[in-house]
Amino acid sequence: MATFLEMSGISKRFGGVHALRDVDLTLEVGEVHCLVGENGSGKSTLIKIISGVEAAEPGGRIAISGKEYPKLNPVYSTHCGIQVIYQDLSLFPNLTVAENIAMAHHLGGLHSVNWTSMRATAKATMAKIGVEFDPDAKVSELSIAGRQLVAICRALAADAKLLIMDEPTASLTRHEVNALIALVSELKRAGICVVFVSHRLDEVLEIAERVTVLRDGAKVGTFAADTIDGGKLSHLMTGKSFEYQIQAPELAAGPVVLEVKSLGREGEYEDVSLQLRAGEVVGLTGLLGSGRTELALSLFGMKPPDRGTIALDGRPIALRTNAEAIDRGIAYVSEDRLTLGLILNQSVTANVTLTVLDRLAGALGLIAARARQTHVARWVAELGIKVSNPANPVKTLSGGNQQRVVLAKWMATNPRVLILDSPTVGVDISAKDGIYEIIRRLAREGVAVLMISDEIPEVLYHSHRVLVMREGRLTTDVAAAAASEDALRQAVNA
Amino acid sequence: MVILGLCASLGFANAQFLTMQNLFDLLTSYAFVGILALGLLVVLIAGGIDISFTATASVAQYVTLSLANAYGANWIGVFAIAIGIGGALGALNAIFIQKLRIPSIIVSVATLNIFYGLLIFFTGGKYIYSLPDWFATGIFWFEFEWGKDSSYGVNLQILALALTFLVTWLLLNRTNIGRQIYAMGGNTDAAQRLGFHIFGLNILVYCYMGVMAGIASLTQAQLAQSVAPTVLVGKELDVVAAVVLGGASLMGGVGTVFGTFLGLTLLAILQNGIILLGISSYWSPFFVGLVILISVSATAWSQRERRSQSASR
Repeated sequence: MATFLEMSGISKRFGGVHALRDVDLTLEVGEVHCLVGENGSGKSTLIKIISGVEAAEPGGRIAISGKEYPKLNPVYSTHCGIQVIYQDLSLFPNLTVAENIAMAHHLGGLHSVNWTSMRATAKATMAKIGVEFDPDAKVSELSIAGRQLVAICRALAADAKLLIMDEPTASLTRHEVNALIALVSELKRAGICVVFVSHRLDEVLEIAERVTVLRDGAKVGTFAADTIDGGKLSHLMTGKSFEYQIQAPELAAGPVVLEVKSLGREGEYEDVSLQLRAGEVVGLTGLLGSGRTELALSLFGMKPPDRGTIALDGRPIALRTNAEAIDRGIAYVSEDRLTLGLILNQSVTANVTLTVLDRLAGALGLIAARARQTHVARWVAELGIKVSNPANPVKTLSGGNQQRVVLAKWMATNPRVLILDSPTVGVDISAKDGIYEIIRRLAREGVAVLMISDEIPEVLYHSHRVLVMREGRLTTDVAAAAASEDALRQAVNA
Repeated sequence: MVILGLCASLGFANAQFLTMQNLFDLLTSYAFVGILALGLLVVLIAGGIDISFTATASVAQYVTLSLANAYGANWIGVFAIAIGIGGALGALNAIFIQKLRIPSIIVSVATLNIFYGLLIFFTGGKYIYSLPDWFATGIFWFEFEWGKDSSYGVNLQILALALTFLVTWLLLNRTNIGRQIYAMGGNTDAAQRLGFHIFGLNILVYCYMGVMAGIASLTQAQLAQSVAPTVLVGKELDVVAAVVLGGASLMGGVGTVFGTFLGLTLLAILQNGIILLGISSYWSPFFVGLVILISVSATAWSQRERRSQSASR
């Protein structure tokens, strides 16, 4: 196979910090390569150097299709066919599919728009990968998976030879992930090299032919995907071992805190009955659209159910608003931490104290600065939030730390029931472990935890009981010890 | 739809409404607002906002006609001067917004006051009553007869309105630059990543607003047969109403020329209707505000429906 990209001796320093240290990488034409590494390992910096957005320190070598590039910038790299699809997709939601796809032909110049040729380009590109969207539909009308396909089309229309995708599967359902994997094979057949950056190790192993592991800015190694497994990968990424075992069910799990009987909500889920006990972690999984998030929102009072009963400590309650739920000790950590869980531009302090402002207020309703500081310091210590100054905006924190801020916010309300929706999405392996530890601790303290997740191993190894929802119904309710990954996978997907 | 309905009902209520005379008069008197609305539309689509255009228009009017009175000029001359002044003031807006990174609303409030203040200072608020004869007469193309006595034709106002509509439509729908403006309004980060010339586009957009202000100012001066530096400032909200009623989003990236035309028409019919029906004109702002509230809520509500439909996957 011919080599498409060859990099050697690549280093990058930001101030005193070594983001990359003497990394080399070779990408073959038409190969599927995955780049893994924790947050801070240098993955994004490496991508930026490949795409020319950042320049490597002198001494490094970059050769694309055999030609040396002592200086690479975004124009050159695009010219060579390097296209990056960032996690936010960089699409224009207010423009049509055709416009977004054919954008490459629109750059600069003062010429008139040729709608016909744009539509033709869009149709041709979409045909190449076997998708069909209405070229005149606005991108805002498409689902996330659809938008991703449009982003891929745009890269293809710009003659991509190397496609770098940053966390492409983060918001996709299993079904859509499979479609994407099939698509990657198509691209490979067309001779396009695809580089995936992903935290989902089992997906990485499924898709990649070779995997490059970065740790602390240095390359640990490049491995053929069939020679390693998830455990070895995490070990390489972090230098630590994460062995997970199925948790033994608590011998005397606490009293039932929340009991749900025949709960139903029109169009979302129906006839769901379950029990949450104090000190027990219940994992809930299912495909997107199975009703799991809607069920959680009902338990949190945001979308009240049409039928059925919810009982807290044996007494039936009607939760009409989430404020009521919070008052009763039910907390909910949403899936989408960036838009729903945090106020990104505000400080860590502001975010952590958000839920307990009334407790920190003094006589006149003014917030006591010292009480606030103590509160924040306590939670930062308890949850191990790594932040140099709590006055920093929370958007400067890593994904794992951000999630801890969200958890701190909710744990400060001393909830009796904590509902976690995809708590480790976008969080790297050792931070994930930290979060699991927090969940275990919560359970030991007697909180009833409902953990919703897409990742079956996560649900299996970190809960006492596992529930599966399919098409709005609860189909499985087993003790984790009695379940297996395959059985669960079948229950979810079948 | 709403417009047709309103037209029909007004037509019944007051015989005067559907006369050619009335309709022509409406077009003529709303040309000023309409041309400005087109400029504002482009700015809104690009993701910014500008409310200094009335001040820009006042300055353009005053300077152009003072020069025309003093040195003599012709149609091309006055329009060239007005466009030049408008464009320059618009560019100033753009430079402040881009270089100093101040939100566009703050900059335009500031420039509104600065331009207006300087104008009043230098002119003492004096009106110009004597305009060059050829200007005062205006133009009158395509004369035709309709009904008994009057002859109608395309006058300056209508001509300017039609031309600016056409040019704006071409810009937004047929040129690359137009689509780039939409893109920039829809997702500025992505536009930057794709290498769009953000600074250049912004300068263009605000200059365009300024140019429209210049053109509108002359049509207004011709209609009013005078230049009054104090009367234009204060009309900003009518222009914003027209654009917003036409479906442009204050967030950016959304809006069409046709929509703005409909918005303008709705505004005109509303205000005209109030007068013709004999309702006190003090009610006019109330009804205009009410209609804006209803139409914007309706749009927001339908968007929310659509979003929750696609979000529940």
